[in-house]
Amino acid sequence: MSKVIKIRKGLNIKLKGKAEKILVKAAPSDRYAVKPVDFAGLTPKMLVKEGDAVKAGTALFMDKNRPEVLFASPVGGTVEAVVRGEKRRILEVVVKTGEKAFENFSPMKPMEQDKEKITEYLLAGGVWPFIRQRPYAIVANPQDTPKAIFISCFDTAPLAPDYDYIFQDVDPDFQAGIDALAQLTSGKVHLCVYSDYPPAATFAKAKNVEVHLFSGPHPSGNVGVQIHHVSPVNKGETVWYVNPQDVLVIGRLISKGVYDVSKTVVLSGSEVNAPRFYKVVGGCRLTSFADNIRTGNNRCISGNVLTGTKVSPEGYLGFYDHQVTVIPEGNRHELLGWALPGFGKYSASRTFFSWLTPDREYAPDTNLHGGRRALVMTGQYESVFPMDIYPEHLVKAILAGEIEKMEQLGIYEVAEEDFALCEFVCTSKTEVQAIIRDGINMMIKEMN
Amino acid sequence: MLRKYIDKIKPHFEKGGKFEKLHSTFEAFESFLFVPDTVTRQGTHIRDAIDLKRAMSVVIIALIPAMLFGMWNVGYQQAESLGVVRSLMENFRFGFLHVFPVIVVSYVVGLGIEFGVAQVRGHEVNEGFLVSGMLIPLIMPVGIPLWMVAVATAFSVVFVKEILGGTGMNIWNPALVARAFLFFAYPSEISGDMVWVSGVNEAGVQLADAFSGATPLAQAAAGHPFTASLSDMFIGIIPGCIGETSTLAILIGAALLLFTGIGSWRIMLSVFAGGAVTGLLFNLWNANSYMALPFYYHFVMGGFAFGAVFMATDPVSATHTSTGKFIYGFLIGFFAVLIRVLNPAYPEGMMLAILLMNTFAPLVDHCVIQVNIGRRMKRMKQPEPVRN
Repeated sequence: MSKVIKIRKGLNIKLKGKAEKILVKAAPSDRYAVKPVDFAGLTPKMLVKEGDAVKAGTALFMDKNRPEVLFASPVGGTVEAVVRGEKRRILEVVVKTGEKAFENFSPMKPMEQDKEKITEYLLAGGVWPFIRQRPYAIVANPQDTPKAIFISCFDTAPLAPDYDYIFQDVDPDFQAGIDALAQLTSGKVHLCVYSDYPPAATFAKAKNVEVHLFSGPHPSGNVGVQIHHVSPVNKGETVWYVNPQDVLVIGRLISKGVYDVSKTVVLSGSEVNAPRFYKVVGGCRLTSFADNIRTGNNRCISGNVLTGTKVSPEGYLGFYDHQVTVIPEGNRHELLGWALPGFGKYSASRTFFSWLTPDREYAPDTNLHGGRRALVMTGQYESVFPMDIYPEHLVKAILAGEIEKMEQLGIYEVAEEDFALCEFVCTSKTEVQAIIRDGINMMIKEMN
Repeated sequence: MLRKYIDKIKPHFEKGGKFEKLHSTFEAFESFLFVPDTVTRQGTHIRDAIDLKRAMSVVIIALIPAMLFGMWNVGYQQAESLGVVRSLMENFRFGFLHVFPVIVVSYVVGLGIEFGVAQVRGHEVNEGFLVSGMLIPLIMPVGIPLWMVAVATAFSVVFVKEILGGTGMNIWNPALVARAFLFFAYPSEISGDMVWVSGVNEAGVQLADAFSGATPLAQAAAGHPFTASLSDMFIGIIPGCIGETSTLAILIGAALLLFTGIGSWRIMLSVFAGGAVTGLLFNLWNANSYMALPFYYHFVMGGFAFGAVFMATDPVSATHTSTGKFIYGFLIGFFAVLIRVLNPAYPEGMMLAILLMNTFAPLVDHCVIQVNIGRRMKRMKQPEPVRN
């Protein structure tokens, strides 16, 4: 086993509502959805229309620019609605649950197949979108051969699911998924685990992988940080990455021939009655958890508080999300709030008296805590950004639209999630993640 | 109740309202009273509790010890010059009456321009001047005519800040530019031996026999023996600019800035390191009595400590990279002592050293970043290292 890679810069935000290690089955969801907006830069083209009967694994839409990439229905039923937003942009494709039926893909033995065959099989089976790539943090291009494939086996984001709990029992589908992925890369499959406690059996027993140990605060669990420290992405190179639960989905397709996106998600946050783990099918409706969420002026987030997406309590789980967080909304005025001692206010700086209680768990709301201002403070981003990249200068290069500078400063290695902490600590309340996505979009446009 | 009143009058200040032109002003006062009810829209759903108001108020709190001591010292120095004995409160009252008007003028002129510009540009008023407005009085000699304070403040806010794009865009520290402006435009009011103590250059004043009025810096430059002891200089019982004399009070402020993380420890540390190294080098050279001066005298004389803690650490005009901060700070300390010792025309080197390094801060950052870029380019050419 290799040496521990210590991440020193970063921040663990302690929040109220951490899930107990109890796994329950979620109430069945009446509707499921796949949201094209979950896939950055995707232009979807519909393959079904309202009223069509579908099975789990039936393609709902495809990528207009890469027609071989299909996005499948998570369950069997009928297509109920194609919800569109401004400029007729497709927001959600909703499937009403019906008969439990799976498209039948014949199982395969990945070790005996070559890259082309496996790629073709994963594309047809609808699991390709689970594989993403750096640069750009988008769905992987099937034509590329990545120099490595990364699987981050721990999540350090606030209230994130504990994968060591989810994967405590050895699941043979995990190995099947890894064996398939290993055939796609010219390099290795890298498994990144947390060094402070022994990894779950599934990870410890995995073969055909290279294991890396990481320690330190968030964002040490971000796959981008891990790639940066093990095999950084240079111009012209590609690295792919998959979430471990999505490796299971790929593995199930390989070994059983079905598109089965059941997964374990964690329901957490200060406005959840009893935070715990749920067994669900991907794309489920949040109403499945409704009896465990407090009523009131709350915000439901698919994902964690740093990178998740705001969804309505009747909304759907995001494609890549394994977590639902519920926190109070903060749309209230606070008299002289900036001047109060602030014993209960969380800040990474020690300007509030909450530094007296470093171990306290906070229940922050969504208030911005101030107005948007010009960038004044410096060094804040750097202190929570554990890559050999100057975050502030990269952000400024994007704002100025300097393509060449962005490239030199390392835009190929980053995704918006890597800047989530920068955005959190920013005194000037800049929307850093949105800026990074703009920059990535500029790069994609420039390169094509 | 107050909230209801604000909500009632708010429509008048919005687009189409009666006082539409005062929108920025209204917003500034509203957000002063109440933290806005804005919530996060995209990106992170929770935000750090800190905002620019909080950060700036920490700096102002950090300045208070230096300001209060400065007020007392103004009274004390004046009493010394006349050879009279006054109580602590009497000294403080005397100083307060002389210093407070300077603070008021600096804030009224500076904030007036800031509010006006924010209104014209249609954006929110930035909090940056709350600190500059406090720094300007503290680096003025006490006898400075108020109209000069007004002119200098206006000059620095307009030409150093607003013309370059407002808060966050300035190249130089606005407070220091205000001082530099006076230094070059009205040198007789801000240098020499007779400006540092209130009222001594007025006609008909009967000065005490032992009184010289010279600052330790001037004495050092002239090669005269010090009238004040090292401990007096450290505590700050010496003539000088209003807020700069007491190294002790400044260190209290520095402790707050460092503890809260608002001030950069990298800059503060390296300014002192730069000053110390340069001081020691001069000791080795030892060509005159100033060069032979132990390096720690530089820290307690003049504006070195004040500049290191409150001026060099201005995040906008300093370097932005962590590595750059070490280089930037070290060079400030270096140039400050260099100018002091080698240039007889300017007894105080700190102001010019910081302004000089403000100018070169982007260059320092550029070099640091080029090294980073170079590392990335080099990595690209090499084959993937084999790991076990």
